[in-house]
Amino acid sequence: MKRLLYNQRLAPYLFILPFLVTLVVFWLVPVGRSVVMSFQEVLYGQATFIGTQNYERLWRDPVFWKAMFNSLRYMLLTLLLLIPIPMLLAAIINSKIGSARVKNFFKSSLFVPALTSVVVAGIVFRLMFSETDSGLMNQVADFFGFGPVRWLREDLTGLMALLMLTVWRWTGVNTMYFLAGMQAIPSDYYEAASIDGAGRVQQFFHVTLPNLKPTIVYVTTISVYGGLAMFLESFMLYAGNNSPNNQGLTIVGYLYRKGIQENDLGFASAVGVVLLLVVLAINLTQLTATGTFKKEAMR
Amino acid sequence: MSTQAVVTQGRPQPEPAPRTMTRRTAMLIQSAFLIALAVVSLIPVLAIFVGTFQDGNDVIRNGISFSIDFSTLGFDNYVMLFTDSGYYFQWFLNTFVLTIVQVLGTLIISSFVAYGFAMYEFRGKSLGFILVIILMTIPFEMLMLPLYVQVNDLQAADQYWIVVLPFLAQAVTIFFFRQYFLGVPKEILEAGRVDGLTEFGIFFRLVIPITKPAFAAMAILNGMTIWNNFLWPLLVLRSPEKFLLPIGLNTLLTPYGNNYELLIIGSFFSLIPILILFLAFQRFFVEGMTAGAVKG
Repeated sequence: MKRLLYNQRLAPYLFILPFLVTLVVFWLVPVGRSVVMSFQEVLYGQATFIGTQNYERLWRDPVFWKAMFNSLRYMLLTLLLLIPIPMLLAAIINSKIGSARVKNFFKSSLFVPALTSVVVAGIVFRLMFSETDSGLMNQVADFFGFGPVRWLREDLTGLMALLMLTVWRWTGVNTMYFLAGMQAIPSDYYEAASIDGAGRVQQFFHVTLPNLKPTIVYVTTISVYGGLAMFLESFMLYAGNNSPNNQGLTIVGYLYRKGIQENDLGFASAVGVVLLLVVLAINLTQLTATGTFKKEAMR
Repeated sequence: MSTQAVVTQGRPQPEPAPRTMTRRTAMLIQSAFLIALAVVSLIPVLAIFVGTFQDGNDVIRNGISFSIDFSTLGFDNYVMLFTDSGYYFQWFLNTFVLTIVQVLGTLIISSFVAYGFAMYEFRGKSLGFILVIILMTIPFEMLMLPLYVQVNDLQAADQYWIVVLPFLAQAVTIFFFRQYFLGVPKEILEAGRVDGLTEFGIFFRLVIPITKPAFAAMAILNGMTIWNNFLWPLLVLRSPEKFLLPIGLNTLLTPYGNNYELLIIGSFFSLIPILILFLAFQRFFVEGMTAGAVKG
């Protein structure tokens, strides 16, 4: 025993053992079983092999494609919102003008939404987007001369509510990422640019933006991840996994419906396997393209 | 980061061109914009705070709004919360205890694993760490079904240990700790060995004490995530007395609910511990939540 504790060759394996055990017991073995189940029909605990029927059924199910469309649309829109806006806000905070006190208050206030759980955020937004004319967003709509809007009944307004919830929760965090990235840019870069006669806007495009690339790559990565995995925001906003015409159904929502609500385990396993493959393909491409594997694994 | 701000601010500023607005005007416009945005950002939290003084059924029926009838406000909900709120404080306590246990467990296990990856050369290290990175980039939502099926088959549902155990060796936290440990000089290991410490003794007695800031940032990040954790506990826990706050609150959000007061005031109260921690340790929050953006 004593010899074991002093053994320098064995030590690293003992250190990483908890990770290996977790990986095998909680992730690899269940996923492996899931792959097997995806070729089976599972009824009342009885499994029969049915070949690729589950996958064919999935391919033909319009609801699956609707969910896929919803998830991709949501992901792309969050990219369009949650990168430029936080970048602009970070640039404002990082600018030389302005009062530090106001900026600190701003940073803290923007960060507060990230502290709320999806459950609480969803409840509040559901109430803000209430259909009645006394709901907060309908009061805003009324101020601009339209409404009342039945926000969560229509596809586009429902999507708007969902995006506002997401933007509300994540703008602060993304702003902090960009701010950290901007503050790491040496100030002589800006001095050199201003000696060359570059104005503020030119400096932003020729100094800030190129030097911010690693941050942009990172924020894009987590936004793709979060966008594809989005489920609870919609689940809370629509108070459950059902929405008019499945307008709020995402791919994870579809998985949840088939696997957990309908308990159709064989078919749901096929859904899970497909989603996992999609995510793995995106991740591996991205990690290889950005050189993360080389950079991280080789040191 | 603050030193740079001081340096740039101390630099002599070029005189503004006559036709552009003065610095003072620019500053005022900027401040007004930032304050307005900050207020917008706080509205949902303020709205639910106001909701705690209103009649729950009214709030659910009419939504949260700007127009408040002050004559209807009262402390009834607070009285209800502390006298007749069913399982609410049980959920609060469950969440509190589980958060503390899971945070401590995650910090110990994940830092332990990270230390192995950061400090030693061994066969399979690259492959092992690539697995950490891959696991880190797969959302739990995509893995929930296999784990759920496994847990049901093992009849392990409705128990806290299954809520906690799969997430103690947590990929993101391992990744962060490894980055941090890479900056620890290896001479410490040699010094420890000379002093007769075991490899594990070196980690617990020499390395942990000098890497406390990393533990603080990860404690905050994990604490917040676990306090707010919803999906996995929802799949595992079945008995109402075992619920955690987010699941419990979610059960109150039904069309036929009769306890909307509790939904609103309970939601607000669930924010309080995190808000207090945030006000006290704001720096660690920002550090923890932006820890993923790895430097170099």
